Amino acid sequence: MTNAVLTGLVLGGMYALIAMGLTLQYGVARIMNLAYGEFLIGSAFASYFLFTGWAVNPLVGLIVIVPVSFVVSFLLYKIFLTPLVRRARTRDALEVDSILATFGLMFIVQGILLTMFGGAYFSYSFLAIPVTVVGEVLAMNRLVAFALAVVLGTVLYLLLTRTRIGTSIRAVAVDPASAPLVAINVPQLSALAFAAGGALVASAGVLISMFLTFSATSGVVFTMKALIVVVMGGIGNLMGCLVAGMLLGLSEALVATYIDPGLTIAVNFALFLGVLLVRPAGIFGRGGR
Amino acid sequence: MGSSTKRRAVGLSVGLAMMAGAATIGWGDQAQAQTSVKIGYAISRTGPAAGGAAVTSIPNYELWVKEVNAAGGLKLGDKRVPIEVVQYDDRSSAEEAAKALERLINQDKVDFILPPWGTGLNLAVGPILNKAGYPHLASTAVTDRAPELAKRWPNSFWLLGTSADASKTLVEMLVKLRGEGKIGDTVAMVSIADGFGIDLSAAARPALAAAKFKLAYDKTYPVGTQDLGPIVNEVKALNPDTFIAFSYPPDTIAITEQARISGFNPKVYYTGVGTAFPLFKQKFAANAEGVMGIGGWSGDSPAIKDYLARHKASAANGAEPDRWASAVTFASLQMLQQAIERVGKVDRAAVIKDLQTGSFDTVIGKVKFENNMPTNYWWVGQWQGGEFYGVAPSGNAGARQPILPKPAWKTQ
Repeated sequence: MTNAVLTGLVLGGMYALIAMGLTLQYGVARIMNLAYGEFLIGSAFASYFLFTGWAVNPLVGLIVIVPVSFVVSFLLYKIFLTPLVRRARTRDALEVDSILATFGLMFIVQGILLTMFGGAYFSYSFLAIPVTVVGEVLAMNRLVAFALAVVLGTVLYLLLTRTRIGTSIRAVAVDPASAPLVAINVPQLSALAFAAGGALVASAGVLISMFLTFSATSGVVFTMKALIVVVMGGIGNLMGCLVAGMLLGLSEALVATYIDPGLTIAVNFALFLGVLLVRPAGIFGRGGR
Repeated sequence: MGSSTKRRAVGLSVGLAMMAGAATIGWGDQAQAQTSVKIGYAISRTGPAAGGAAVTSIPNYELWVKEVNAAGGLKLGDKRVPIEVVQYDDRSSAEEAAKALERLINQDKVDFILPPWGTGLNLAVGPILNKAGYPHLASTAVTDRAPELAKRWPNSFWLLGTSADASKTLVEMLVKLRGEGKIGDTVAMVSIADGFGIDLSAAARPALAAAKFKLAYDKTYPVGTQDLGPIVNEVKALNPDTFIAFSYPPDTIAITEQARISGFNPKVYYTGVGTAFPLFKQKFAANAEGVMGIGGWSGDSPAIKDYLARHKASAANGAEPDRWASAVTFASLQMLQQAIERVGKVDRAAVIKDLQTGSFDTVIGKVKFENNMPTNYWWVGQWQGGEFYGVAPSGNAGARQPILPKPAWKTQ
């Protein structure tokens, strides 16, 4: 039992980590970024090459990769996505446009990764050592990823709830039309949220590359997972991300241990549907904010 | 509004053009009659099959073309004719593969076609190649329907054999090991809920039961499972002598990593596709020792050693071939070449006939098809001292003795 719960929590933390960036990009900046998983894989590759080529510890690699990703995402928003934001009459129109644009972006990023690294699988070993937690053996690298997910989640949560800029970001997420009335610079904050999302997805990519086998084309799996977590938790809600991620991770581990590993994905989707039936806006959607 | 609609249309068409660009990696010029032999293939450059194609198919296709052209080309009669390649990306989709093949046949009018990667895609393109009368050397497909398909499509050759054979050979090896007192009765089996895992576990179940093994654990897991910890932990608690995982590459890596971390070290540890990949050796290094998996090759044979060196020299980043279907894929190309050269012209019906009846010198030894299938396969390999040697069937030339019990995992 303890083992299933611990495994579930660690897996859930990973899901939440994957989804946090998307919830900022989609919830605040209203960019439904279909190339999200590609950015995750891109930073996984960056980490792989820092580690195998220059023996840079992936956790140290974060210090380089995360800021780079922040800047890249910021520029991407400013140069590539701002024209879409300007011409969109409504937020819904922006969503549709951003889906089309980032769909194309997905092919570009994937194409670049394929040319650089080919289609083969990549994997390296870092902190793949057993640690005992309350009598159960877990992998150190997964545990570290979980711990960092918790830290990132908490810091971000505090930033959003306790600071002025965080409050403004939430205001943009809730009511972008009224936010300018209280002197909030919506375009600037959207760019910031998109870039922060990019930084988060980069950290997720680095942490995940420590224990998952990836290839240039496996990004879409992560986009899908992130999307499920984000929608289930309530778009733009960080707490929702954590709760939904944990729910999915725990259900997966418990089902695999006590019922049948073959049913994990079915149960995940049943849970997803169940939540949406009861709360169409997600666990923490609109009403709960 | 009008301008915005137009802009959106432009955006869309740019997107479509990009996708088309991704689909068309290369293209050949229209050539004069027989100043070149046009070889076409549609292979998964993107999508779920890209990982397998990048390791097993593409480097071998490229190595073969490079070597043939370096020698002046294919020998047609008394002159040598260089190979010209036309290739597309099938995006790991059966429909795309079918479309690309139609294009290769009708528009590019290629002389010969190399197969796509994987069981599913080879089954999907089988009817097209059959209808157009092209030889189909399926070197990366494992299916129980192979004998039936070889009969239905006489142009098709199934070089990797059947999953029933794979499971049967594995169980035979276990029976032998039990007879020698090296392992006991308990077996734990997990399999991926996809073509490969379903076929192999379905064949293994009755074979294990018939051999009176106790199947203590028998579960499947879905494609894309990101944490196999619960499975490995449960299996470990059952303490089986033999662990079998009919897995795909990412899971093969994940299960092995988890087994190492949990200290699950059965006497026989067997995993599926990916065990024979160079990635496995690179990732687990000394911990690969004693791990068994599907595939294997005669690592001591000079032909294989030479092939390994050529492959490393030719492939991007000095990549090594996998130790199962890579050598078979290269052998299939050598067979195609020898058949074409014996016929001496681009006569596909005659080449098919020659493939059916002739015998061929290849990197995997002498091959002669019986009912369009080879007579020898490697089904179980084991990492021994940094090389993945074939250990079963034990009657194959170059088979090594399995090392048992598997040595303990080392901490890194």
